[in-house]
Amino acid sequence: MPVPEVKESFTGSVNRVTLGATKDSGGTRTSTITVGGARNVVYGGSIENAGEKPVIAMDVLDSRPDDWPDLLAENYQDVMDSPGDWAKKCIEQFGADLICVKFEGIHPDKKDLDAAHAVKVTEDVLKAVGVPLVLWGSGYDEKDNQVMPKVSEAAKGENALIGSVKEDNYKALTAIALADGHHLITHAPLDINIAKQVNILVSDMGFPLEKVVTFQATGALGYGIEYAYSIQERQRLAALGGDKMMAMPAICDVGYEAWRAKESKLEDAPGWGDVKDRGPMWEATTAICLLQAGVDIIRMRHPRAVATVKNFINQIWQ
Amino acid sequence: MILIGERINGMFKDVKEAIATKNKQPIQDLAKKQTEAGATYLDVNVGTAAADQEGTMQWLIETIQETSSTPLCLDSQKVNVIEAGLKVINAEAGAILNSTPLNKKNDEEILDKYIEMAEQAGPKASIIALTMDKNGVPQDIDTRVAIAAEIVQKAMEKGFDTQRLFIDPIVLPVNVPNAQVQAGNLLAAMDQIKYLSDPAPHMTVGLSNISQGTSERNLINRIFLAIAMSHGLDSAIVDVLDEKLVNAVATAEMLMNKQIYSDSFLKVYTTANKA
Repeated sequence: MPVPEVKESFTGSVNRVTLGATKDSGGTRTSTITVGGARNVVYGGSIENAGEKPVIAMDVLDSRPDDWPDLLAENYQDVMDSPGDWAKKCIEQFGADLICVKFEGIHPDKKDLDAAHAVKVTEDVLKAVGVPLVLWGSGYDEKDNQVMPKVSEAAKGENALIGSVKEDNYKALTAIALADGHHLITHAPLDINIAKQVNILVSDMGFPLEKVVTFQATGALGYGIEYAYSIQERQRLAALGGDKMMAMPAICDVGYEAWRAKESKLEDAPGWGDVKDRGPMWEATTAICLLQAGVDIIRMRHPRAVATVKNFINQIWQ
Repeated sequence: MILIGERINGMFKDVKEAIATKNKQPIQDLAKKQTEAGATYLDVNVGTAAADQEGTMQWLIETIQETSSTPLCLDSQKVNVIEAGLKVINAEAGAILNSTPLNKKNDEEILDKYIEMAEQAGPKASIIALTMDKNGVPQDIDTRVAIAAEIVQKAMEKGFDTQRLFIDPIVLPVNVPNAQVQAGNLLAAMDQIKYLSDPAPHMTVGLSNISQGTSERNLINRIFLAIAMSHGLDSAIVDVLDEKLVNAVATAEMLMNKQIYSDSFLKVYTTANKA
């Protein structure tokens, strides 16, 4: 009997998602970003099946953070009070593909800023840069439900990626994102069963699955990255197997998680190497690891880590 | 799981009547209902409903294709009826030629013919090949596997992708005297057939046959289907309108880790996995 040729036989693929709306499509973005489309596992087989290049969304906070380590904050001291300038710096100087506006400051335990502030920040960033935006709430459900619909409205027609919605808090933001023409981030706590369920729930509300990006939660290097990795990998395999409820591109939050690790910022640790390198390396390593599991959009913070990861992406996705 | 909906068959009274009166509506309704219930393919069998089997096969196919784009499974033991069907079928999204044995006393080359017909029908057309030969249906495990191996080998020799091959190890009614052992034999044969090529050939069965003439038909069907799935069965000709049966398929796939669990896993099974 002849030895058969073993071929890849995946029937499904990751959805291709385009973020941002230019003037022609009713928005004001000067460029759009397309992610997803993979028809194989990462590095599996031919480049034709690799899908779109992953992209980096750099974090811009809605207000000056007071808990960023100096080594990270020093890159942004001149712009931290102006989200528009901050976004501009990320794009023009640090090569971000898009901007993730994180509304940390609206959290009641932080600065408890109001919707008017969040809307102003959204408008400023939209004016300052032409790339598509990710608009991300504080994680405090009640406050997000008050503020994020206003943010959505302020970016109406811009085809932003807005989030996140969870299993027990999805209705308000899903409805408004649908009305305002945005893409939606579905969020699960490192639990693939819940991840699928959230997708089903938003789909039941009539939100198109083709406009969903999943967030499985992220663990940094040394802090649960293996869980995030295996979930991302499983999501990709399910997508390739034809599961429409798991065929979305994925976003991960590397910047926040990597800089939470003490290894990235502890100065008094002579055995761990120079702290100036350690933080960016921690962030870049976390990002590159998750890229290999199959994430499409990476939220990042340190310019040197961004440069390293961009270089990696460009070499792999040639 | 590739579910082939069995309802468009002239053996069923409603279909027989529709054929006799050339009434398209019941046929088109069955196509729609079975598709919504999760059918990947729709079986089309003229049965004993009409003398003109070729013409009836063509009428059924044209009637279904007027309102449905679900791929079809042409079901006849007669080559000329399948050939007639292929003249009018749209096989772009796939089609199955159902079915051929390895060989027949009066036609040693019948499998070759089916492979050639599938090749002509289009790159997505498949065949169902039964594990039977000119000596009839084997009763033991080894002969079933040996015939399956010959079928797979023939396909490979002809350059026919084994992914376009459905091996049917032939289900027999469980209540036939001395046949109760056959269900187990079938499972044991499946355990070996799945290793005949890589990727494995598909395996399919005419499920309802297992419960022919028994009481508790639906229960027997769905329990056997779930067990057979765990032995590598990845397709079956079934009554997809039996909701409990489709739920059993969804649950078996989930338990086998082929589908990711979610609280709504039953609800989304038929919609989430449509190609």
